Amino acid sequence: MLDRLWFLIPEFILLAGAMVCAIGGISTFAPIRKRVGFIASIFLVIALFSVPYVYGQTDYTHPETMLPGLGKYIKMMAAFVGLLLVATSGGLIDRGYERAIGAGKDRFDPLRANSGEFHALLLLSLTGVMLICEARDLIWLFLALELVSLPTYVMVAISRWSKTAQEAAMKYFFLGALSAALMLYGFALLYVSTGTLVLQEITEAFSAQQNNGGLLVIAQVGMLLAIFGLLYKIAAAPMHLYAPDVYQGAASAVTAFLAFVPKTAGMIAIILLLSTVGWEDGLPPAIEMALWVVAVLTMILGNIGALLQRSVKRMLGYSSIAHSGYMLIGVIAGPELGLPAVLVYLFIYGITNTAAFATLASLSRGGKRVDSLEDIAGLYTTSPLAAASMSVASGSLLGIPPLFGFWGKLLLFAAGIAAGQISLIIVAAVSSAISAWYYLRLIGLSLLSNPHNHGERTKVTLRWPLAVAVVGACISIAGPLVLEGVMVDAKEAITLPESELAMSLPSLEVDDERE
Amino acid sequence: MTPWLLLLIPLIGAAAIFLTKAELSKWISLGVSLFVFVISILMSVQFEQWGSMGTGLRSETSWINSMGLTLDLGADSVAMMLVLLTTLLTPLCVWGSFNAITSRRKEYYAWLLILETAMLGVFLAQDLILFYVSFELTLVPMFFLIAIYGGKNRAHASVKFFIYTFAGSLFMLAGFVYVAWQNAQTGAGGWSFAIHDLAIYASTKLSATEQGWILLALLAGFAVKIPVFPVHTWLPLAHTEAPTAGSVILAGVLLKLGTFGVYRFVLPMVPEAVVAWAPSIAILGIIGILYAALICWVQDDVKKLVAYSSVSHLGFCVLGLVALNPIGLEGAVLYMINHGLSTGALFFLIGMMYERYHTRDMNMIGGLAKRMPVWSVFMVFFVLASVGLPGLNGFVSEFMCLLGTFVSSTDAQQWPGVLGPQYAAVAAIGMVLAAMYLLIMVGKVVFGTLKEPDTTDRGSLPVDLSLREIGVLAPLAALCIWIGVQPTVLTDAMRGSVEKVLSPYPKRVKEHVEQQHSESIMLKVPESETPDKEDHHA
Repeated sequence: MLDRLWFLIPEFILLAGAMVCAIGGISTFAPIRKRVGFIASIFLVIALFSVPYVYGQTDYTHPETMLPGLGKYIKMMAAFVGLLLVATSGGLIDRGYERAIGAGKDRFDPLRANSGEFHALLLLSLTGVMLICEARDLIWLFLALELVSLPTYVMVAISRWSKTAQEAAMKYFFLGALSAALMLYGFALLYVSTGTLVLQEITEAFSAQQNNGGLLVIAQVGMLLAIFGLLYKIAAAPMHLYAPDVYQGAASAVTAFLAFVPKTAGMIAIILLLSTVGWEDGLPPAIEMALWVVAVLTMILGNIGALLQRSVKRMLGYSSIAHSGYMLIGVIAGPELGLPAVLVYLFIYGITNTAAFATLASLSRGGKRVDSLEDIAGLYTTSPLAAASMSVASGSLLGIPPLFGFWGKLLLFAAGIAAGQISLIIVAAVSSAISAWYYLRLIGLSLLSNPHNHGERTKVTLRWPLAVAVVGACISIAGPLVLEGVMVDAKEAITLPESELAMSLPSLEVDDERE
Repeated sequence: MTPWLLLLIPLIGAAAIFLTKAELSKWISLGVSLFVFVISILMSVQFEQWGSMGTGLRSETSWINSMGLTLDLGADSVAMMLVLLTTLLTPLCVWGSFNAITSRRKEYYAWLLILETAMLGVFLAQDLILFYVSFELTLVPMFFLIAIYGGKNRAHASVKFFIYTFAGSLFMLAGFVYVAWQNAQTGAGGWSFAIHDLAIYASTKLSATEQGWILLALLAGFAVKIPVFPVHTWLPLAHTEAPTAGSVILAGVLLKLGTFGVYRFVLPMVPEAVVAWAPSIAILGIIGILYAALICWVQDDVKKLVAYSSVSHLGFCVLGLVALNPIGLEGAVLYMINHGLSTGALFFLIGMMYERYHTRDMNMIGGLAKRMPVWSVFMVFFVLASVGLPGLNGFVSEFMCLLGTFVSSTDAQQWPGVLGPQYAAVAAIGMVLAAMYLLIMVGKVVFGTLKEPDTTDRGSLPVDLSLREIGVLAPLAALCIWIGVQPTVLTDAMRGSVEKVLSPYPKRVKEHVEQQHSESIMLKVPESETPDKEDHHA
């Protein structure tokens, strides 16, 4: 028991942080209230540094989860990108309200202040991501996934005082509940087919089934339903339709959060679930076929959808759908090259995508938030820094070498080709080429076009998001220097436990004998 | 000297430009690019691999071990020549832009220097991924050069340029990774992207079908860049809209990245597929030669005319590349250099005219020999070099490419090929057409009665060429004469490299011919068998 708790130390730190933030946010002492973001960041930093310490101790043995090494990588990534996300939302919540209080026009009312709740929810959601890695059974997995999702619904709603944000939150919540139901039904069927909820035991049951002539149909249906529920979290087709609306409706800082945190959670959950059937003999044909179709549809629909948009946020929303499609290639390719590539890609995508949304979050035009493509035209005249960050982030998302994004794509390409998925790679290449058009549009508008004459100029009004954008752009440029380290860590994260290997070997031998 | 100097100095220069005043930027970039030129000259003097097949200027750095990625640099004799061409053209481009660029100067000169790094990286890379990174990195500076400093239609031109090349190279990347993966599976050393190893592996171990697909994937990247008909349509647009220096670099070096890619990767990696596909590639090259030449004939815009003439000229280069004998291949490599010199100079000349008259329409301008005698002398000189007047550089390479194609028949003794006299005969029509359209252009613009458009506005420029402009053109002219008179210096220097590339071909061609022969015999046999099969079905 103590062993299990030891590896949850980073989660406990964030949980403590969430409580401190929630209380600090309703303090009547204004300086504390205004610095809730800093408090959240401090806890994230502590959590970030606690991870290598926790995993470096040899006194404790890691409980038998599906992928014991996964936690270290994911927790560090979540804490690091989480720091960027907290800074991106800096100055977003309660801005007008605090100003009114400062000017003496309004009185402080704990019921109306949202800053504390927002940061607490943000930390809770990140805690959920970390907990997924430690999931031993389906119940834990489900609860952790819900811990990721539930705070995000509220975050969308309180991010802006506008009807579109309320609408986005409702849409996000109802569809999210539907997908959770789908996933839960899938979990129930998995239980029916194996008689257990523990992932390790499910693995054993599956390998026994496979030795007796293949997975039960009910197990395959359960797995597919669970995966389709999770596709909602990663915004992959056919469960992607909510993404553009919700991404547009939420404030840019929250959109950056939605595009990374639930996606990471969904992706890890899919990897954990699929490792119960294993990649050794290839995924079961029905599941592989389903994932193949989903990946192709996601890449094509995401990129073509992005072409048609006139809103930057919708465009980036569709682009994040397309990126899920690219990552599914790695999931299909399997543990040797594919899964490490997915983990590396998640990290790179998290940084560059956050940088792109952070640029938007830092801007405003005539007091209104920036949304349409027209708003960022000629950005270089008012803020060269924001324009450059936007362009570098877009270039990295497109995968122009030598930016960081290119290396992520290269690893996925290599994994796909090594797994013999040539047709997927061709689709990925074609859809990447299509995506060049809209990413170039972002670069062209911000760096090359002349600003529109009518209306006010777009200006940088928030400094913290701009700082995040600049940091993200710098990492996109300098990232290749640390790529080796990230790749080694990702590789370590996908080492199967020894019992797993020992089990998979006999099953292989049995197959050989049968032939 | 380490080849890293060539790559890092322009980058440092670009950073320095951003940190200083805009007025200084042109001088910094001129100084930096001249410095790089001097270094490259020194390196070529010390270069020991002239004439041999080896690779010099080696620098090996390990980078990402788990994927076998390295930062290995090096150059064989052909790459070294193209490095020299690049380091020569860059300072000339910088110098030639002194008057033309008035706004956003810092970025302009910085992008030119970054472009130089990227181009040199392509020629010096000994690692596939490093090559690919440099190859793609050339797109970014060029995209900005066209999109910021180009003509009216620049937005469309720059995006089309970028997307065409980007899309093509993604397939090329897939092809490269496929070869590397096959190599990683069979070899003991795991993943490796070393060009040398992969070329040996792919050419000896992969099946004919696999080679065919890889050829297709690689050509998707390189054919767009060369450009080969029918994927050439981005080029006239990009050339016409680009600023003068952009056009010069585009014609002078960027197009050569495609032919260099064919020389460096396609020919050594997939010989079986090349033998099988050479006639088809040659036919595309010939269509490009004739089709583009006919388009040139009806152009009014001088710059567009020269742009289309590039498509036509590069067709000869493609013919030389697939002729599979040393004459043709040496001609093709020589053509890369010659085209860079003479077409680059033509773009400079058109730019100089445009800066004075602000139009490129042949119907609005005429008889400039009376107004600008020095300009006219250079114009006629470079047109003749481009047409292929014996004694100047263009003639040598064009003739070698055609001769190589002519003798590349299956029954040739030492170097059999799969083309033949019929290919050379049709392609030669292109030479006649080239003379026609270029001389018509010279006739209209240089000679005849003097016509100056209403848009004439020389600004601070003199009526005829300034000393600076003459200084830009003179080195190119001198080189054109030198190569025209002494081509053997270059062809001897590249011989080792060329023969190494071609070494597997005679055997492959013979096998291919025998296989075809036996297939044609086999085809006759089944005739008696077909009734049996039908019986079986019934």
